[in-house]
Amino acid sequence: MLRKIRIVLASIFFIGITLLFLDFTGTLHAWLGWMAKVQFLPAVLAANAVIVAVLLLLTVLFGRVYCSVICPLGVMQDIISWIHGRTKKKNRFRFTYSPAKKWLRYGVLVLFLAALVLGAHSLVAIVAPYSAYGRIASNLFAPLYQWGNNFFAWIAERAGSYAFYSVDVWIKSVSTFAIAAVTFIVIFVLAWKNGRTWCNTICPVGTILGFFSRRSIFAPVIDTEKCRNCGLCGRQCKASCINMKEHEIDYSRCVACMDCIDTCKDGAIRYEPYWKRSSRRSVPHDEGRRAFLISGAIAATAATVKAQEMKVDGGLAEIAHAEKPERQVPLVPAGSLSLKNFSDHCTACQLCVSVCPNQVLRPSTSLLTLMQPEMSYERGYCRPECNKCSQVCPAGAIKPISIEEKSSIQIGYAVVNLDSCIVNKDNVKCGNCARHCPAGAIRMVRRNPEDKESLMIPTVNEERCIGCGACENLCPARPFTAIHVEGHEVHKMI
Amino acid sequence: MKDMDRREFLKTASSAAMVMGGLGAAAGCGRKGGMTDKDSSEDTAGQGGMTYRTNPGNGDKVSILGYGCMRWPMTKDENGNDIIDQETTNRLVDYAIEHGVNYFDTSPVYLQGQSETATGIALKRHPREKYFIATKLSNFSNHTRENSMLMYRKSFENLQTDYIDYYLLHSIGGGGIEAFNARYVDNGMLDFLIEERKAGRIRNLGFSFHGNRESFDAFMELHEKYHWDFVQIQLNYVDWTHASGRNADAKYLQEELDKRGIPSVIMEPLLGGRLSKVPQYVADRLKERNPQGSVASWAFRFAGTQPGVLNVLSGMTYMEHLQDNIGTYSPLKPLTEEELAFLEEIAELMQSYPTIPCNDCKYCMPCPYGIDIPAILLHYNKCVNEGEIASGPEAENYSKARRAYLVSYDRAVPKLRQAARCTNCGQCIGHCPQSINIPREILRIDRYIEKLRRNGK
Repeated sequence: MLRKIRIVLASIFFIGITLLFLDFTGTLHAWLGWMAKVQFLPAVLAANAVIVAVLLLLTVLFGRVYCSVICPLGVMQDIISWIHGRTKKKNRFRFTYSPAKKWLRYGVLVLFLAALVLGAHSLVAIVAPYSAYGRIASNLFAPLYQWGNNFFAWIAERAGSYAFYSVDVWIKSVSTFAIAAVTFIVIFVLAWKNGRTWCNTICPVGTILGFFSRRSIFAPVIDTEKCRNCGLCGRQCKASCINMKEHEIDYSRCVACMDCIDTCKDGAIRYEPYWKRSSRRSVPHDEGRRAFLISGAIAATAATVKAQEMKVDGGLAEIAHAEKPERQVPLVPAGSLSLKNFSDHCTACQLCVSVCPNQVLRPSTSLLTLMQPEMSYERGYCRPECNKCSQVCPAGAIKPISIEEKSSIQIGYAVVNLDSCIVNKDNVKCGNCARHCPAGAIRMVRRNPEDKESLMIPTVNEERCIGCGACENLCPARPFTAIHVEGHEVHKMI
Repeated sequence: MKDMDRREFLKTASSAAMVMGGLGAAAGCGRKGGMTDKDSSEDTAGQGGMTYRTNPGNGDKVSILGYGCMRWPMTKDENGNDIIDQETTNRLVDYAIEHGVNYFDTSPVYLQGQSETATGIALKRHPREKYFIATKLSNFSNHTRENSMLMYRKSFENLQTDYIDYYLLHSIGGGGIEAFNARYVDNGMLDFLIEERKAGRIRNLGFSFHGNRESFDAFMELHEKYHWDFVQIQLNYVDWTHASGRNADAKYLQEELDKRGIPSVIMEPLLGGRLSKVPQYVADRLKERNPQGSVASWAFRFAGTQPGVLNVLSGMTYMEHLQDNIGTYSPLKPLTEEELAFLEEIAELMQSYPTIPCNDCKYCMPCPYGIDIPAILLHYNKCVNEGEIASGPEAENYSKARRAYLVSYDRAVPKLRQAARCTNCGQCIGHCPQSINIPREILRIDRYIEKLRRNGK
């Protein structure tokens, strides 16, 4: 019964969170956005004391149910492990008890906390469980979902229906894609073989919650009088935390999945409150036998994947792709307040990247902020009617802003390079940047002030520019656009 | 070696095409039975029912349906470039000739310069005396004598013929008499062409016209001097008295030609398809009057009803269109006075739909900044016709119209070629035979789209 409840709740959370990363229309986020916001690490980074307190209280009460129900990476491992168990009966009972790898657990935790304090954001992001899952979902699952959607769009187009529309499927950052793929492979292999190894050796959230679950009020306990020492419970425990010989359970590693309760045919395992239990011992074992090569695997580089180029029709002039300009200061979305605030809070979960409908957000490739999103305008620009990233961010890296607020937040400013402007290069009139500037920051002025008939060239009033990138995106100059946006380190309000 | 390969390939291709052509004709014969069943009162395709008009100048018996060779079916070659689908083109030509069509109108610039050659290949498979060829001196971009001469000679080569039945000065009127002088008079080309007419290599000399009354009057005055054997004009039930922009009404043009006894060849009888893809309400009204006839058949009957018309051109890409038009003209049933009044009503009704008079001729293309101008305009027209334009966010159909417009827009035009990228450089102005102010329309559509994007409901 308890196991079934766990499975139902876990399915709801897992499907909900996965859909957050798959749904590119942004309709689900209004309903399911809270599922990302109750994730442990984002809540800590967002300094959301209420949620952190509730999660810790939950753990003190019931054990690590967070890991079995709320954490999408944990549930994904359960699914992988379960599939392996379904292949043969033997595989279902493939686990054995192993002592805790304390040096690894605490070592990773210390490193993680150090990285968090020192601002090594990319290291934090790699092991943080929710963001690791977010990267897997947005880099590996979302393309499949989008191709499926595009197939329906293809049919819809032929049926004259507007129910589906086609979306671009592209790799937003090769390094982030590679990290997501390697993480997935490592976790898949670990879960396939040994269930919850990742959660009980690497995951810093698992280790922290382990401190609290060690003495949780409710916990499964083995009744030695009823137990006939068949050992089934230990052989199906994916956390490898049931010591059958001693009839002991390591509650710091138990994820409260309740599988053992259902497995025991003698009813010898019960989920009971503290006061009903006669004796409880947690098991401190210090020997570590296996070493994990995970860090090595993560550091491995991946094959490069070429982004798709657009096709050109015979009767149309070719349009070269705009090159990404080298920005002195990176651009982060309105609501980030500043680069520092953004990188301090962002867990690189990619949720904002997944929901950005304008192909503006993509993971950074620079070492210090690796995988944390940044903006660029080759494929689209930050549209004035959109504030989706600020609504979904669970970590407080992008604070919620209204559409009206957005129009007055300066995230950067446009810079004109008159040498590449087509007005100078081709001697034609243009003004497309000024025409599309939503802030009225770009003004066309006479190239030759003496001449009334002079062609007009663009100038930027930095005081009004909000850095949305409409000008950069729509500038016809190639290979580099004649106008591009530089970021502000600290965002300003007009 | 490479050359040999190519020649060999062409040989095989054309013999294969001949076989296919034969099959096509056979298939066509099979199909016409069905058409007879549909409307047995009409003398249909293939029974010798095609209406012919006589050229008053030389007695040519010209089929009232002329084949416009600007819209041959296209396919891709192995490098992904657009090329004419020669096999299908041959089938269409075979079917047309078999059913009495004997006038083929092409130009050196049609289909990015591929039309003349493809038309020549298809026609060469029939006896030369069975059809009339019309082509043009399309020296738009470069009107030096040297280039114009080259273009003229090349047409004979491409069409594999040693005489041209109907030769046109291509699209005059737009730049007024000055442009005409620059393209044909100052370089001595017109004098040369008149000599060619005397020598019999050109059997009829004329021009095609887009423009206002004043310039048409000027060209009519030149009739005394040059003697135009025919004139090609844009005529249909909308342009009859509601021509777009500054262009002269077709009624005026036809009357001027009738006065002088000059036969006319009709282009744009369907306004580039706008008189077949009409708004649903308009289609319903036409269908009410003639449930069996196609929407397009009304436009063809209208054009053919004018007695001074020698023939009516139609750029038929699909066999179904060819069959439908042959059906309409085998024989032509002229419109009654009452039907003419009905069409005038329809034309007025069409005026109330704010479509842009783009006929998809692509003379504005390629835009140097890569905008797909006709695709943007036609997509807009399609949405107007389907009632998917919302007046504002308060409108009842706003959400639906917004989604329909934005989704179908991305399908019709790739992002990099959309209206938002128009630089308003103005290089397309002046190329449009319908005298559409292209940048103004493109920017207007862009503003409309921007409004839709910002106001999601």
